[in-house]
Amino acid sequence: MSTLISPRPRSRSDQDWPGYTLLVRTPLRLDCGIDFGPFTIAYQTYGRLNPDRSNAILVCHALTGDQYAADPHPLTGKPGWWETMVGPGRVLDTERYFLICPNVLGGCMGTTGPQDIDPASGQPWALSFPVITIRDMVRAQKLLLDHLGIGSLFCVIGGSMGAMQVLEWAASYPDSVFAAVPIAGAARHSAQNIAFHEVGRQAIMADPDWCGGLYLSLDRKPVRGLAVARMAAHITYLSEAALHRKFGRNLQDRLAVTYGFDADFQVESYLRHQGSTFVDRFDANSYLYITRAMDYFDLAAEHGGTLAGAFEGTRSRFCIISFTSDWLFPTPESRQIVHALNAAAANVSFVEIATDNGHDAFLLHEPELFETLHGFLNGCAEHRGLARPK
Amino acid sequence: MAASGESAALSFGAAAQTTMTPGAAGELRQDLRLIAEMIEPGSRVLDIGCGDGALLGYLARRKSVDGRGIELSQSGVNACVGHGLSVIQGDADRDLEAYPDGAFDVVVLSQTLQATHRPRRVVEELVRIGRRAIVSFPNFGFWRIRLRLLLTGRMPLSHCLAHPWYETPNIHLCTIRDFVALCDEIGVRVDRSVTLDRHGQPFSLDPRGSLANLLSEQGIFVLCGSAGL
Repeated sequence: MSTLISPRPRSRSDQDWPGYTLLVRTPLRLDCGIDFGPFTIAYQTYGRLNPDRSNAILVCHALTGDQYAADPHPLTGKPGWWETMVGPGRVLDTERYFLICPNVLGGCMGTTGPQDIDPASGQPWALSFPVITIRDMVRAQKLLLDHLGIGSLFCVIGGSMGAMQVLEWAASYPDSVFAAVPIAGAARHSAQNIAFHEVGRQAIMADPDWCGGLYLSLDRKPVRGLAVARMAAHITYLSEAALHRKFGRNLQDRLAVTYGFDADFQVESYLRHQGSTFVDRFDANSYLYITRAMDYFDLAAEHGGTLAGAFEGTRSRFCIISFTSDWLFPTPESRQIVHALNAAAANVSFVEIATDNGHDAFLLHEPELFETLHGFLNGCAEHRGLARPK
Repeated sequence: MAASGESAALSFGAAAQTTMTPGAAGELRQDLRLIAEMIEPGSRVLDIGCGDGALLGYLARRKSVDGRGIELSQSGVNACVGHGLSVIQGDADRDLEAYPDGAFDVVVLSQTLQATHRPRRVVEELVRIGRRAIVSFPNFGFWRIRLRLLLTGRMPLSHCLAHPWYETPNIHLCTIRDFVALCDEIGVRVDRSVTLDRHGQPFSLDPRGSLANLLSEQGIFVLCGSAGL
């Protein structure tokens, strides 16, 4: 392998996150044409790699996720974002599988992103960071797996933007993917979703503390803009029914409306809380770059305009999952993937889970999701000849 | 034409009778058992309306078939996928178009045709995406159904047609004669046919004859497109 990779401690000076970091020295050719590097990839692992190296599962995180799928977040102390899914005896059984969860390229939890120092200038990259794509993220992940000596993944799994990475993996490295599970995803970002992202980005850029992206060098932080971006996005992750169930028109610690613009309603208070806690753990420029990567994602366009072309000749086993109340990545998006896979005569399962939890359902306790995935992975593990846990 | 159809039915009926031993097919429904007998080991099979995956599971276990399924009900799909079967949620009306021509050796549509919105289009799709299609359906020309309608003047109920008229999923019921006429009309060849009596026992009658239409509670047809050979 020509790419020179060696592990080393995390490069970011002011933070030392738990977990592993890989320094990739050889530049990576990005979709935008830039040879980018050296750069770091931060990742977590769970479980143990078997002697055949055949039980590895790559877990791809969503827009604001990170590598801490199943351990406490080092900044917030909250449980891992997929704690319900990952662990001994859980669906992603760490007694049976070896899980790798990397932070995406452009992220802000240890993998190189716009908040890191550009070696050329000695300043944070900010907007001089190259625009990255989902395919670039996946290329970087492939380097990590090459480094770990894992030529063939048992499974690639992820929700939302994670699902985009799963699809990209299946299309770009079909022989490295035994099973692919894109949950609540799409093969391209819809106009509506691009529009929502643009609202978030404009909110960040409209914050005077954003300073044209140079806020880190100026010791400022566009917390208001980033919080608004998060609040707007958060609404899209829920369903009307879930909002109604959780909050209705209930008032927040008061008996009557105050005829002002305080957070009278519980739903307002909730959103404000979501916004204000988000800014403590996420970098505003990272948010710009990663939302852009999602906007640019269009798997069919990468393969001559037909989605089936992306999966031609694939031998991977697919399990596509959507949720009834997800209006951000609604079921028809998943069905389109299913149809493309059918057109490619691929081995595909497709399940729509009935829930009112909206897009967020993939992160929540959804027994039917767990059952389906458990069965699918078990079936795949049998085909792959993976030993059952004792 | 009629003669060749009859001889095919006869020879199949005989084969089915001799190869079937009690319990050989596990818990499979009788019509599914007969369908399973018609499928070569190792084939690529699409089961449309696969329910809880009974046939697919059987074919995977006993015949090493590379099986896929389509099922409308959420619970059916989840049961199938939960058992490691490759099944998508969908229906025959909407989800067949994406498959390429000849994608499967065999496409199975058992007890589902009468519940589709466009049966004619579905049959055309079946023989397009499969080299062969196996279709089974309840025969509305069965004498008991005719008699019940005649005597009671109400929509007939039977174990094949268990729903009252106001909540039945069966919106396009047909007789064996209707089905054969449709196949003729759209140029689909009937390779074999098996008719089942009310105990699910196969017997051999020319599907084009009026006796088959009167005495069969169900029909199973093996179809080929005009370009099928």
